[in-house]
Amino acid sequence: MKIRLRLFANARDLAGFAEKTVDLQHPRASEVFEYLASVNPEFREWSRSIRLAVNRRYVDDAHPLQEGDEVAVIPPVSGG
Amino acid sequence: MTALTLNPIDIGAVVSGLTSPESGGIDVFIGTTRNQSRGREVLLLEYEAFEPMALEVMENLERRAMERWPLHKIAIVHRLGRVPVGEASVVIGVSAGHRKEAFEACRFLIDVLKQDVPIWKREHFADGTMEWSGSIQQSKVNVNRV
Repeated sequence: MKIRLRLFANARDLAGFAEKTVDLQHPRASEVFEYLASVNPEFREWSRSIRLAVNRRYVDDAHPLQEGDEVAVIPPVSGG
Repeated sequence: MTALTLNPIDIGAVVSGLTSPESGGIDVFIGTTRNQSRGREVLLLEYEAFEPMALEVMENLERRAMERWPLHKIAIVHRLGRVPVGEASVVIGVSAGHRKEAFEACRFLIDVLKQDVPIWKREHFADGTMEWSGSIQQSKVNVNRV
C-alpha cells in the first residue's frame, strides 16, 4: 500500500529526503517508524519524540493508513 | 485571522485589525529573536513550517480560544524564513471586553502554538554553525490533545 511520506526539519536531515512515496506492508502509522529506522537507525532513538500527522492531522501510532495517505513526520516543534 | 509570512510582521497593522467598538482591551504577545541560546551567540533564527497543516492548527487554536473566552478578534501571525536578532517571529493578539480574558486567551494561544503548530526553528550561531531547536530526547506528548 503506497503512502506519501513528508519529512521536516531535523527529520528531513536525518532521512536525507523531504518527500517520498513508500510502499508499506502493514497499514499502520507505527510501520512508518520501522521504515524510517531502515533509512537511518538514528530514528530509533527519535521515535518517542516524533509525532505523525496523516492528511494534516496528528494521529497515534495505531492509526490505520489508507492508500494515498499523506503522512507527515513531525519532529519536536519549535515555533514561537 | 491567521497568517504565515516570509516578510517582517507589520505589528501596527496586526493591532489595528484587532480593534472593535465593543472591545475594552487588546493583549498582544510578540516573540522576538534573542541574541543567545544556551550560552551561545545567535545571529538569526530560520523558521520553516508544514504550511497547510500549520495554518489548520492555528485556525483550530483560534476556534478553541473563541469557544473558551468571550473574545472579539484574534490574530495569529508567524514569520517564516530568516528572522534577525530583535525582529518579531510571532505576533499574537486578542481583543475582548475586559483584560482578564484577553490576557488568558493570549497566553493560551502562544503556549499551545509552541506545542502543536508544525513550525521549526534553526539557530544560526555566530561561530558559523547551525542547529535545529528542540531536543529529540523529550518524551512524546499526547497526540490526542488536538
